[in-house]
Amino acid sequence: MAGAILSLNGVNKSFGPIDVLHDINLEIKAGEVLCLLGDNGAGKSTVIRLLSGVHKPSSGAIMMDGKPISFSSPRDAADHGIATVHQFGGTFPLMSIGRSFFVGREPTRWVGPFKVYDRKTANDIAVKAVQNFGINRIDDGDRLVGGLSGGERQALAIARAVHFGARVLILDEPTAALGVKQATHVLRIVNEAKRRGLAVIFITHQVMHAMAVGDHFAVLIRGAIAADFKKGEKSREEITDLMAGGASMAALEAEIDTDISSQPA
Amino acid sequence: MSSSSSFSFGSLMRRPETGSFLGLAAVFLFFTAFGGVNFASPTGAASWLNVAAQLGIVAIPIGLLMIAGELDISIGSIIPAGSMTCAIISGHFDLPIVFGVGAALLLGAAIGLINGFLVIRTAVPSFIVTLGTLFAVAGMTLGFSVLVTGTTSVAIKVPEAKWLLGDFIGGIYQVTIFWWLAAILFWGFFLHFSRFGNWIFAMGGDKVSARNAGIPTDRVTIMLFVCSGMSAAFVGLSQAILYNSAQVSAGQSYIFNSIISVVVGGVLLTGGYGSVFGIVLGTLTFAVVSQGIYFTGFDANWASLIIGVLLLGAVLMNNTFRKMALSYAPKKGAK
Repeated sequence: MAGAILSLNGVNKSFGPIDVLHDINLEIKAGEVLCLLGDNGAGKSTVIRLLSGVHKPSSGAIMMDGKPISFSSPRDAADHGIATVHQFGGTFPLMSIGRSFFVGREPTRWVGPFKVYDRKTANDIAVKAVQNFGINRIDDGDRLVGGLSGGERQALAIARAVHFGARVLILDEPTAALGVKQATHVLRIVNEAKRRGLAVIFITHQVMHAMAVGDHFAVLIRGAIAADFKKGEKSREEITDLMAGGASMAALEAEIDTDISSQPA
Repeated sequence: MSSSSSFSFGSLMRRPETGSFLGLAAVFLFFTAFGGVNFASPTGAASWLNVAAQLGIVAIPIGLLMIAGELDISIGSIIPAGSMTCAIISGHFDLPIVFGVGAALLLGAAIGLINGFLVIRTAVPSFIVTLGTLFAVAGMTLGFSVLVTGTTSVAIKVPEAKWLLGDFIGGIYQVTIFWWLAAILFWGFFLHFSRFGNWIFAMGGDKVSARNAGIPTDRVTIMLFVCSGMSAAFVGLSQAILYNSAQVSAGQSYIFNSIISVVVGGVLLTGGYGSVFGIVLGTLTFAVVSQGIYFTGFDANWASLIIGVLLLGAVLMNNTFRKMALSYAPKKGAK
């Protein structure tokens, strides 16, 4: 069994007096999809921000390849092979596919004394990289990113991360804004990334999507890991219950019932 | 495939300057029809080219700032500040013109640097920051001019520098036209062919993603403000040399005129979209309208009406073209 690429060991995070995360332990292995589940405000985004170098843990350690590491910036994390793809792909709607694919790492060539952005190379590489993920509808690198569907944008962003050597892919609710068919596309791409040996952290509230691709699941409730289990260890109902807060959800239902019955007609 | 054939109707429609080209063609035909042949003659052309050149030198860096998602209105007082600095040093104190020009450009760069630093450090919108520096610099220009020279208008006689910065070629074409052409080539290359251009588009599209992608967004922002400050100072000093005098209150009109040129030229106000060629077309359109009115029998007061309608029309048209660009996809089976 290969060791974890990235792990959080007893990580706490507080912003001033507010404790956001308590004693988080997570491991992410190559070729594995870790699904991070949780309600809004459970601390999922804070975990992502710790892993992608936006914040630093208040205590505890982030380990990469078994060694403690501290990311000074998102760029630093990206240089270590950690790529974060946000809900809308984090791409630039009014830029062409080729240009947005290579933002910050533009290929250039010399034309006489001038160093020129190499549009053709950029477009060719970008289109090929996306098509390798099975999105064959993209065949013109000059098209604007804003003209792509939500799923295609996710594919472009994931292909970009893989092309630039990402080892850990953090997907922040990639399917939240998508229709059923588009979401299936994205899940297929997640599987493809996993097949290529990337470690994937998949953040979602959709249990169905998580169960379709996940190997390992962690449920966050109010900043702590409430459950940590492998594929097949829990049913969909159990996971949904966990995410909804289990007991507190039942209590709420009971409360609503009494409210309705006690109301004057 | 549209990517291999460089010219096609589809790719033409996707360009940010298509709308502004149509606008320019329309106003040009309008004024040729109503203004007669004089308007398109060499003398007529000089009248609007001269206006376009001075405006254009400032409009391009302003347009780049807008593409990067920022705005700079302090140019309205950097122009007279550059003008006065040059005139005070090389006119009032009679020092060599190199010092006057150098000091004016340095002043423009310094104000740009202050704008840039305030914008990145405070995260206050650049409209407010540069509104502040607009007034601060205007006050300083007035204060220092009166303090040093005792007047608000300074004469400057520098025949040795006229050929380069403030002469009329053939008696009618200002030499700034060539500076404008140089600026177009420089910025056109910078925005569309160098890798830095890609950074500017990315910053206007999504600043956080751009920074995460490794673009030094702070440095690029400061650099763009410095360039717009220096360009404004350059226009100011060339005006002083051209007209042999400098006034403390010449330049406020450039604020709106440059923004109009940039927007008519197809640059998106929220950033991330536009082109240097479009800005050039927008500048020409503005100049044609503001000068063309004098060739017609109409009262010149109507020019602002035309410009206002044109601006609204341009924005609507640009929105349409942008939607077409976004929805554009190669036809299925076109292979």
